[in-house]
Amino acid sequence: MANEAHSKAASAPGLWGWINKRLPVDAFWRSQASEYYAPKNFNFWYFFGSLALLVLVIQLVTGIFLAMFYKVGATTAFGSVEFIMREVDYGWLLRYLHSTGASAFFLVIYLHMFRAMLYGSYKAPRELLWLFGMFIYLTLMAEAFMGYVLPWGNMSFWAAQVIINLFGTIPVAGPALVEWIRGDYGIADATLNRFFSLHVVALPLVLLLLVALHLVALHEVGSNNPDGIEIKEKKNAKGQPLDGIPFHPYYTVKDLLGAGVFLTLFAIVVFFVPTLSDLFLEKANFEPANPLSTPDPISPSWYFTPYYAILRSVPDKATGALLMLVAVMAFFFLPWLDRSPVRSIRYRGWIYRAFLALFALSFLGLMYLGLQPAQGIYVTLSRIFAVPYFAFFLLMPIYSRMDRVKPLPDRVTFHA
Amino acid sequence: MSEVGAFVPDEPVDESRRKFLTVATSATAAVGAVLAAVPFVESWQPSERARALGAPVEVDISKVEVGQMILSSWRLQVIYIVRRPQSLVDTLPKNDSDLKDAKSQYSEQPAYAMNEMRSRRADVLVMIGFCTHLGCLPKQFFDPGDPVLGATWPGGWRCPCHGSRFDMAGRVFNGSPAPTNLRVPPYSFRGETLVIGLDSATAAT
Repeated sequence: MANEAHSKAASAPGLWGWINKRLPVDAFWRSQASEYYAPKNFNFWYFFGSLALLVLVIQLVTGIFLAMFYKVGATTAFGSVEFIMREVDYGWLLRYLHSTGASAFFLVIYLHMFRAMLYGSYKAPRELLWLFGMFIYLTLMAEAFMGYVLPWGNMSFWAAQVIINLFGTIPVAGPALVEWIRGDYGIADATLNRFFSLHVVALPLVLLLLVALHLVALHEVGSNNPDGIEIKEKKNAKGQPLDGIPFHPYYTVKDLLGAGVFLTLFAIVVFFVPTLSDLFLEKANFEPANPLSTPDPISPSWYFTPYYAILRSVPDKATGALLMLVAVMAFFFLPWLDRSPVRSIRYRGWIYRAFLALFALSFLGLMYLGLQPAQGIYVTLSRIFAVPYFAFFLLMPIYSRMDRVKPLPDRVTFHA
Repeated sequence: MSEVGAFVPDEPVDESRRKFLTVATSATAAVGAVLAAVPFVESWQPSERARALGAPVEVDISKVEVGQMILSSWRLQVIYIVRRPQSLVDTLPKNDSDLKDAKSQYSEQPAYAMNEMRSRRADVLVMIGFCTHLGCLPKQFFDPGDPVLGATWPGGWRCPCHGSRFDMAGRVFNGSPAPTNLRVPPYSFRGETLVIGLDSATAAT
């Protein structure tokens, strides 16, 4: 069908035909948008994929402009960020858009991931789609961490110290690896310079490549939907899914509305509460890096705190680092841990619902605890919350099979 | 589906020859790619300048008062230098039962600091300040029974990042995420001048 469309546009007269004979613009648009059929029953949870793309664009554009004024180097970085904030016209706006964008990226990605867990979107045949998404998430974590180091405030410095030292827990090769990453005997100018290069060149390229693969894989298998049934199984005479609607104009318009609402909330944060009371930008980072003084208390950005809470709840360095790694990597295995015959939570039994609810609760609980000081009740509670977190993944092969599921509907549930 | 003018080899293809050439070329390319990666990977090692700046550091400790801690820096490591009161040195053995590595068998220090005091001299303690957990700087809580750390606190350090606790010899308490005692750098004394980065053995040669 694509070839047919291709030849039609290519034989059209004028410039449009001339272009399409040389580049399949029209055919691509048809196959990927105006004749790409998506399930008609998408709900609120399906906004976050397109919103993640929007935030990616915001980060790329603001990042390119920030790099025009930022001066990498241990003696110049902090000053140049203040220069951007105070003396570059609208420099404060560029920076607040970028710093708010970082948090917004994680918020959107977490909701996007939770959607996949609600409706079983990671299950066959979408395992690769999920894996590409997880690699995007990992790359994003590295990108966010290195970006956090660039202003070279005191939190930047000590965050770099703590995170890089995590590699020191690797047996045998650890200490040499840490020195190799830092490029000096401690966190230094060399560290900052390479992080800048990775943050503005290498990781964005990786991110764009992964996003492209994620989208190609998505359009190959088609979107899942809140009912978790395949719309491709019921087609009309023309081969179009009965429960599908063309992505354009139906979902382009829906996503534009989502973008509008999102940008409104985004603007409120950027203009009125850019630091969001220490959550998005921390006070301690408005102080230049001081290798002789660790900020007290120290805590990472909110989007890392669930893992951080797990790390520090373990009174043993290697075990703590290992459990933190497992907590992140466990998501990768979801497609194979989940043995349920149905995808969507709508048709699962109470066991999966209870486990997912407990998991969400423990993720948020750990997120809160990771922001608190590392003592007393906070450490004890972190240990308690870590149990349902790991149980969700570890016991999934058992409970997802035991669960009593409801019969799947013939067609998607849709109320016009 | 054969088309008019399609390519037809004159002789039958020698599959084993083709396979050998393909594998040999790919293997050579793979070795080349690995070797080509070496300069890129090695560029991340500490530079010659960074290495040269790692020379020993001299610190005058004559003005450090009893109970006072000063900070110095050697190879970008923060160095804690403490003039310990004898009273706190005397109570060190009492901590032994509550320590992860009381004898410093699993910790990093020169041989002359592998003792109860973890130092050459009882009154002067020299350590790398970075917590052996993830490298934050533990804060000093030298007063026994400090209100923050409770009546049983014998005096020492507590890390603000993840709560590791150390005694007045930098030995780590049970229940801390830090695995080992605070590290001791090589050092020696020339009178009241502390030389960090040089132990007497090296100085003699």
